[in-house]
Amino acid sequence: MKLQERLAKREQEAMEAFERTLLFIENVTVSFDGFRALNNLSFTIEPGEMRAIIGPNGAGKTTMMDVVTGKTRPDTGSVIFDQRYDLARLDETQIALLGIGRKFQKPTVFDSHTVFDNIELALKADRRARATLLWQRSDAEEHSVDAILKTVRLFAMRDRLAGSLSHGQKQWLEIGMLLAQDPKLLLVDEPAAGMTDAETRQTAELLKEINREHTVVVVEHDMTFVRELGVKVTCLHEGAVLAEGTIDEVSSNERVVEVYLGR
Amino acid sequence: MGAVLEARPHLLIRSLDRGSTLFLAAMAAIAIVVPVLNLAIPSASAFHLSTYLVALFGKYACYALLALSIDLIWGFCGILSLGHGAFFALGGYAMGMYLMRQIGTRGVYANPILPDFMVFLNWKELPVAWYGFQHFPYALLMVVLVPGVLAFVFGWFAFRSRVTGVYLSIITQALTYALMLGFFRNNFGFGGNNGLTDFKDILGFDVQAETTRAALFSISCLAVMLGFVVCRAVVASKLGKVLVAIRDAETRTRFLGYRVESYKLFVFTLSACMAGIAGALYVPQVGIINPSEFAPGNSIEAVIWVAVGGRGTLTGAVIGAVLVNYAKTYFTSGILAPYWLYMLGGLFIAVTLLLPRGIVGSLHHWTALRRDRASAAAEDGVTEPLPAE
Amino acid sequence: MRFGRACLAALLLALVLALVPCLGLASARAATLDEALISLTADDFDQTEAGINAIAASGSPRAEIILRALQGGQLVFSAAQKKVYIQDDAGKLFDVVTGAPIGGAPPDDLDTVRINNRLRGTIDAALGTLTLLSGNPATRYAAAQAVFKSHEASALPTLDKAIARETDAGVKRALEQARAAIVLNTPGVTDAQKLDAIAIIRDRGDQDALGLLSDIPKRESPAVAKAATAAIAAIQTRLAEWDTVQNAWYGISLGSVLLLAAIGLAITFGVMGVINMAHGEMVMLGAYVTYVVQDVIRANDPALLDYSLAVAIPLAFLFSGGVGILIERSIIRFLYGRPLETLLATWGLSLVLQQAVRTVFGPTNRQVSNPSFMSGAFDLGGITITYNRLWIICFALAVFVALIGLLRFTRLGLEMRAVTQNRAMAASMGIRTSRIDALTFGLGSGIAGMAGVALSQIDNVSPNLGQGYIIDSFMVVVFGGVGNLWGTFVGSFVLGVANKFLEPYAGAVLGKITILVLIILFIQKRPRGLFALKGRAVEA
Repeated sequence: MKLQERLAKREQEAMEAFERTLLFIENVTVSFDGFRALNNLSFTIEPGEMRAIIGPNGAGKTTMMDVVTGKTRPDTGSVIFDQRYDLARLDETQIALLGIGRKFQKPTVFDSHTVFDNIELALKADRRARATLLWQRSDAEEHSVDAILKTVRLFAMRDRLAGSLSHGQKQWLEIGMLLAQDPKLLLVDEPAAGMTDAETRQTAELLKEINREHTVVVVEHDMTFVRELGVKVTCLHEGAVLAEGTIDEVSSNERVVEVYLGR
Repeated sequence: MGAVLEARPHLLIRSLDRGSTLFLAAMAAIAIVVPVLNLAIPSASAFHLSTYLVALFGKYACYALLALSIDLIWGFCGILSLGHGAFFALGGYAMGMYLMRQIGTRGVYANPILPDFMVFLNWKELPVAWYGFQHFPYALLMVVLVPGVLAFVFGWFAFRSRVTGVYLSIITQALTYALMLGFFRNNFGFGGNNGLTDFKDILGFDVQAETTRAALFSISCLAVMLGFVVCRAVVASKLGKVLVAIRDAETRTRFLGYRVESYKLFVFTLSACMAGIAGALYVPQVGIINPSEFAPGNSIEAVIWVAVGGRGTLTGAVIGAVLVNYAKTYFTSGILAPYWLYMLGGLFIAVTLLLPRGIVGSLHHWTALRRDRASAAAEDGVTEPLPAE
Repeated sequence: MRFGRACLAALLLALVLALVPCLGLASARAATLDEALISLTADDFDQTEAGINAIAASGSPRAEIILRALQGGQLVFSAAQKKVYIQDDAGKLFDVVTGAPIGGAPPDDLDTVRINNRLRGTIDAALGTLTLLSGNPATRYAAAQAVFKSHEASALPTLDKAIARETDAGVKRALEQARAAIVLNTPGVTDAQKLDAIAIIRDRGDQDALGLLSDIPKRESPAVAKAATAAIAAIQTRLAEWDTVQNAWYGISLGSVLLLAAIGLAITFGVMGVINMAHGEMVMLGAYVTYVVQDVIRANDPALLDYSLAVAIPLAFLFSGGVGILIERSIIRFLYGRPLETLLATWGLSLVLQQAVRTVFGPTNRQVSNPSFMSGAFDLGGITITYNRLWIICFALAVFVALIGLLRFTRLGLEMRAVTQNRAMAASMGIRTSRIDALTFGLGSGIAGMAGVALSQIDNVSPNLGQGYIIDSFMVVVFGGVGNLWGTFVGSFVLGVANKFLEPYAGAVLGKITILVLIILFIQKRPRGLFALKGRAVEA
């Protein structure tokens, strides 16, 4: 094949690949005072998949999430959601309304509100001030909230203040809030952190269940957890993609071993 | 769905719980009893309430309304404004300007249009800012509009650039300080350091007459009740829950898709309007408005009323305002007068260190604790988190 | 050979020529002084005026004393005896020429030699001419200035004489300016001479020169008028330029004060995230320490007053710092993580401190004096620089440099910076954050105390001293950002200069309001201030 034809074919393949993506990240660079948190980071997420992002400390995992959710602006590169929204130009609220939900490393729930209220606040509804002022709870909404509470196994804590929950329960509550948002894309940052083995397994189950109807990106350290998820893995290092593949492929990759374990 | 909605009560009504109804009933009772004790009971009787006390209580009521406005934004949304006295004073000045226009030819210089201080400064014409203040409806509009617009503009700039916490508090303090400096200047057109005073009548009624004072008192109580109802409506609604969410975890609220700036702007402006109304009711009852109302110290003192009573409780704000001001009246007129500042300062320190929930807040907390202990025998200890800042 | 002899002859001639006037002068001296004194006894203003001028021209060494006595109303005369005496406050009489006290009973008809305003001017001018030839260059300079202002024609011959033999460049210029002033006000002078004079006056370029030239365009020929108008314009531009420099100077001075007041606040806020509303009171305490120190020195050994600041500065640092540590341990520590409540608690504390000082020292201003090296001022070009402000600027810079050094090079500084940037991380590395908190608060308060010492030199010392600077300090912190001392540095000087530049146009109040509005707008772009800390670890 001639050079031109090859280039054209490659371009077409890239176009088709792009059209298959839900999240398209290309050549994103973020610097903080000279330190490069993200260095020409490029990867894609397809709709309906669950992806695990791993990598040593400082690899840029949380920064990547900050960029996608609008907390940090990338210095260069493109972040395209659903093939049409340029996330680099929107702020947190706009991105959240587009359908991207995020669960933080440290569980952030509303301590002064009950578990029920936490979910209710997250429930997909008109977010404007006037609407919330005049809003009245309907039976349908109450049922939705209860359903979610049952999914995250917090139904018994329904009327308890979120501040009184244990760490693991708070993590689940936050996941429940994410569900209530009904986002297209869920970004989950270290969901297994601080959990017991039993809880970790339950969390993996939960995420798999969620994955049935949502796209999920999980950032994790815990290799057992990642193994339990059994999904495609992307390994980041120093702000760029180091390796991609199944957990076995990635963990047997020499560079990954070197970076994680050191020489 | 439509039929179900129609059967539900109005927003303002359905937000009233048992405590609120009790509170409103108590306020209504006071609004009626005090004027009766003043006007209907002869002064010889032990039950008579002097006009001085009526005016004093009226002042307390205005302070209570101011405290409500501060509790709304601080207790429920975490915005600590150290300059709310500015909105209070602006509303007061608007009312004061109306009252000045009412004096007419009864002033010292007997000028039908120009108030005395303008004649004294050799001004020939009424400044543009004073146009329209001879009409009561216009003055009322300004009472709400001026603080409201200022709050809106200020809040728009501040919240949009995500200024929060201590930074915001400092800037609100600087705002009221700057306004104080401005209003102290004689050529600013608002009476300079003497302010506006020597009022004669309001809506045709003699400002100093007993009946007028009693009426003003009742109206002030009514204003507190209305303010309370409005605050309850906001706070008990989903909007109120979003406010609390913003207070506790602003970032999270943003990530849920709520436009935090709009919510803050809404309550901040509403709060400023309430403060303005409080100031407007205050001025005819104390008979003067001057630039020292803008002093940062006043605004900060108002915050401590709310802290003492219990922020985030609404009733606490009212109770705190009355208690602290009563203490102030009591202590600054007796032999303990030189010690008042020690007491006030000590109150600030004691409340923040020892009673962060305030009086009403602590009461709520203890009853809640007892209730939970009684009902949750098998569960882990429930600790209600401190109201966040 | 012939040349040498000619030189010698010339020298001899010059010597003789120089001596003769002196001889003549000497005899004239004796003659005219007595006559002048007699004319003073006539009790007639015109004769007194002639007498004054004659006394001045006499060249007698007593002339100045006599004229000053006349000025002070201490010259008395007896019409009967036609003698003039100097009378001191006690009523004793002294001989005018010799200065010896006169015994015996005073004459009955003693009367003060009367003068009026016009004569006062004459006396001033006369005194001016006397001192024009003084041996002290400073006296000659002052005399030249006096003649410039009075432009008395009678001084002209003495002036010319003085100019001819003047060696000091500065004094000579002043003398020439004085001469030019006289020329412009003398009738019958040629236009060319006037133009020369205008040029000299223009070069002087100050307010007095402006005053001199201002009415010339109205009364002179077109050529001279044009030159005068041009000169006036040039001087005004020059004055405006100097005005700007003066404002810049005031701005820098204000900036240095703000720097001292705000830097303690910035450090506390950076490390602990708390704004101390009682910070102004720490400043106030430092000022009162200075007052007490000076009081003690005055009572025990007034000669040591010049060293009062050297004692006050470390004492104020320790005292305010100690109070700061006390506050931190007793109040702030328990409000950790609740910055808004700390705001309130420290506000209450400021009320208590103010009232306490009011109770102990009273509510009125206290006198604090400047040590001698800080008194007075000097002129630099067209602006006046006062020593006290200059010293304060140097002091502020020294404190700033010392702080930078502390933060960069000491262990304590390192730990403070660590806690500022990431408290949790610092704690997990073994840094005792509570100890750092106490020391930081103490350091911030101590610096505030030193700021109080400086402020006592330029401002009134009263219990409200702190309140005047607290809002400005806040603005500096908000504007400059925390976590970096340079933010405070730049912030305080920018705000100081901006304040002083706005003042002449908008007035002090409007200037302040404008600054506030500008800061609010500035925060739109940089919500965390000029030099903000970046990175993920920095949360609210």
